[in-house]
Amino acid sequence: MSRISKLDRQVQLQQEADGQHLFANRVRVYPKSVHGPVRQAKWLILAACLAIYYALPWLRWHRGPGRPDQAVLLDIFNERFYFFDLELWPQDIWLLTGLLIVGAVSLFLVTSLAGRVWCGYTCPQTVWTDLFMWIERAIEGDRNERMQRDALPLNADTIWKKVLKHWAWVTIAFWTGGAWVMYFVDAPTVTIEFWTLQASTAVYAMTFLFTATTYLLAGWAREQVCTYMCPWPRFQSAMLDDQSFTVTYQSWRGEPRARGKAADGPGGGAGDCIDCGACVTACPTGIDIRDGIQLECINCGLCIDACNHVMERTHRPKYLIVWDTLARQAAKKQGRHEPIRLLRPRTVIYVSALVVGMAVMATALATRSRTELSVQRDRAPLFVKLPDGSTRNAYTIKIANKTPVPASFVLRLDGLPGSAIAEAEWATKPATELPLDAPADQVGTYRVLVTARATGSPPVTFALRDKATGKETTYVSSFISGN
Amino acid sequence: MPTKIEKDSVTGRETTGHEWDGLKELNTPLPKWWLYVFYACIAWAFGMFVLYPSIPYGTGYFKGLLGYSERRTVDADVARITAQRKGAMDRIAALDYPAIKADPALLAVAMTGGQAAFATNCQPCHGAGGGGRPGYPALAAGAWIWGGTLADLQQTITHGIRAADPDARQAAMPRFGADAMLKPDEIAAVTDYVWSKFYGHETTQDTSAGAKIFAENCVACHGEQGQGNRAVGAPRLASKVHVYGDTRDAILTQVTLPKQGVMPSWNTRLDPATIKAVTLYVHSLGGGE
Repeated sequence: MSRISKLDRQVQLQQEADGQHLFANRVRVYPKSVHGPVRQAKWLILAACLAIYYALPWLRWHRGPGRPDQAVLLDIFNERFYFFDLELWPQDIWLLTGLLIVGAVSLFLVTSLAGRVWCGYTCPQTVWTDLFMWIERAIEGDRNERMQRDALPLNADTIWKKVLKHWAWVTIAFWTGGAWVMYFVDAPTVTIEFWTLQASTAVYAMTFLFTATTYLLAGWAREQVCTYMCPWPRFQSAMLDDQSFTVTYQSWRGEPRARGKAADGPGGGAGDCIDCGACVTACPTGIDIRDGIQLECINCGLCIDACNHVMERTHRPKYLIVWDTLARQAAKKQGRHEPIRLLRPRTVIYVSALVVGMAVMATALATRSRTELSVQRDRAPLFVKLPDGSTRNAYTIKIANKTPVPASFVLRLDGLPGSAIAEAEWATKPATELPLDAPADQVGTYRVLVTARATGSPPVTFALRDKATGKETTYVSSFISGN
Repeated sequence: MPTKIEKDSVTGRETTGHEWDGLKELNTPLPKWWLYVFYACIAWAFGMFVLYPSIPYGTGYFKGLLGYSERRTVDADVARITAQRKGAMDRIAALDYPAIKADPALLAVAMTGGQAAFATNCQPCHGAGGGGRPGYPALAAGAWIWGGTLADLQQTITHGIRAADPDARQAAMPRFGADAMLKPDEIAAVTDYVWSKFYGHETTQDTSAGAKIFAENCVACHGEQGQGNRAVGAPRLASKVHVYGDTRDAILTQVTLPKQGVMPSWNTRLDPATIKAVTLYVHSLGGGE
């Protein structure tokens, strides 16, 4: 990957403007380390996110004998998802739709209130990139040292440090990929299997895949993922308005910016910005926040810390770069004060959608049945005429018994007088009720024959009664008589 | 390509020359790494071209350096599955029906295998799910001509009906009209008798002549009450389900020049275990006895 320094940027832009280059060299970003409250908060959130990610698979949760004791387990092989006391079946996959809706609306709400804080603080791409940059800094030194090193020809020290850095990156990437796999198989078991070479090919392949992607995305691709690959920056502008809090350079205070001596004279008409470039060198995406809100800006606010440091040293008021809204900035420019407006049609709609979505989700989850009945009418043949003139329809009945114990049921047919049910495989005697046993924690499948004398295609209701609890589950189907 | 090179006044960058509702797109260069990934994809495509079957020519195609063939993959898969099923199929062949039914896992193999074999071999005539077609019995209805127990079904499937197999079930309905055994008016009379007495249609006509002819010619096989006789493959007439149709014309045709349907003997095509699996499947369709 070709690299050019930030200084060549102007040359490159000029070439681009002249139409000489159809493809752009990557401008290598060397973010400078910063210290301050924003950086502190970012470290805390990073630590929390990583701790949850790496530790969660190891959390145990007692569910009874013969059942997995991992608190969070997405057991794809056995078709069960476990989240603490919640056990989800493939039939509950629609809950995922609700989760995605709630997740999306939450993201919309947060963005309309505080800009792309998701991008700046909690997005995995940001978290791992930040971690990888920290390692890079610890090994290769801060911005200036790294730039110098890359500008010089390779020497033993550089090679040794680069090797060490990539080794550290690959190690972390490996633990990340390994932890990912642990969400899908029992963590202690797979760890032992992995190192004794007994794990499945899928486990090794997935670990390798996520090791490779973590290493490439966090180590090499970094801000390119946000700028070129991620769709979120492309449509975030639809969620933002002039009342959204974003990382903002207060141009009314800073401009006209002035360097050196001109900046020191208080009466010179110069603004607070001394054009030191601290905000630019601190930026992990390599942009200049003073150009205003941009596609590349992930709203991390590291430039705030960088700028505050300079303001303090030059005895100027802090927070030249600050979290603020466009509307308040416009007002401040004119010397007015504009109140913060959290309550806007946009936020009200997002909150309402969120409340409705969560309420529906919670209700659905709370009232989720432990027994599910589904009935599928045979379509070939649609009906069978019997020698005595009556008609028979066949149905495939599925009983999902989501309890850990076997259950006994009685199946009854409502809405078709004089009908009789029998189970096909066993050639049982037709009767008005059919006893069915469903195994524990499984779906029982039964082919059931219904015989009746009827005309037309009346709707019929299958009623399944749990012998132990007396609870009934129903399913509406139809009976095609062929008459 | 833009017809006119145009520069955006704000950024000084070139535009693509495309304009949407007053918005112009800047001609922003793609990153180099993107270009390299694109080249890598092209190189990959050439690799695939060389390694796998690719270029067709006249009567054949370039087979690729790896000699890969989808057909061979399928053959290998089939062989693997057959080997996997062998244990279960051997047990199905060895055990009797009650024993197979007592083993849910084995029964599941038999039913699935039976269904697949039925779909390939039986469905073209008997219809999906054994629903039947005109001239081909509805297996799900239970209107058996030769019997519907597991043993009866296995016998019929193995040796067939009117097939070349020496053990095939044989039944011959005489050609009362074609061989001039009955006169046309006698055939019409017996048809009316069957139509009203067994097919359940009201008639004001006197059917005593038809009843007499029926007693003399038909009762031996079809029975006084039209109940049929499975031993000789005489269909039950007193029924709502008839192989060759429920119309009066259908009866007339069957008396004059009867259709003699043939069912192949499947022992030449299916192995004993598969025949047993099909037997179990057909028995479960609803007509099993």
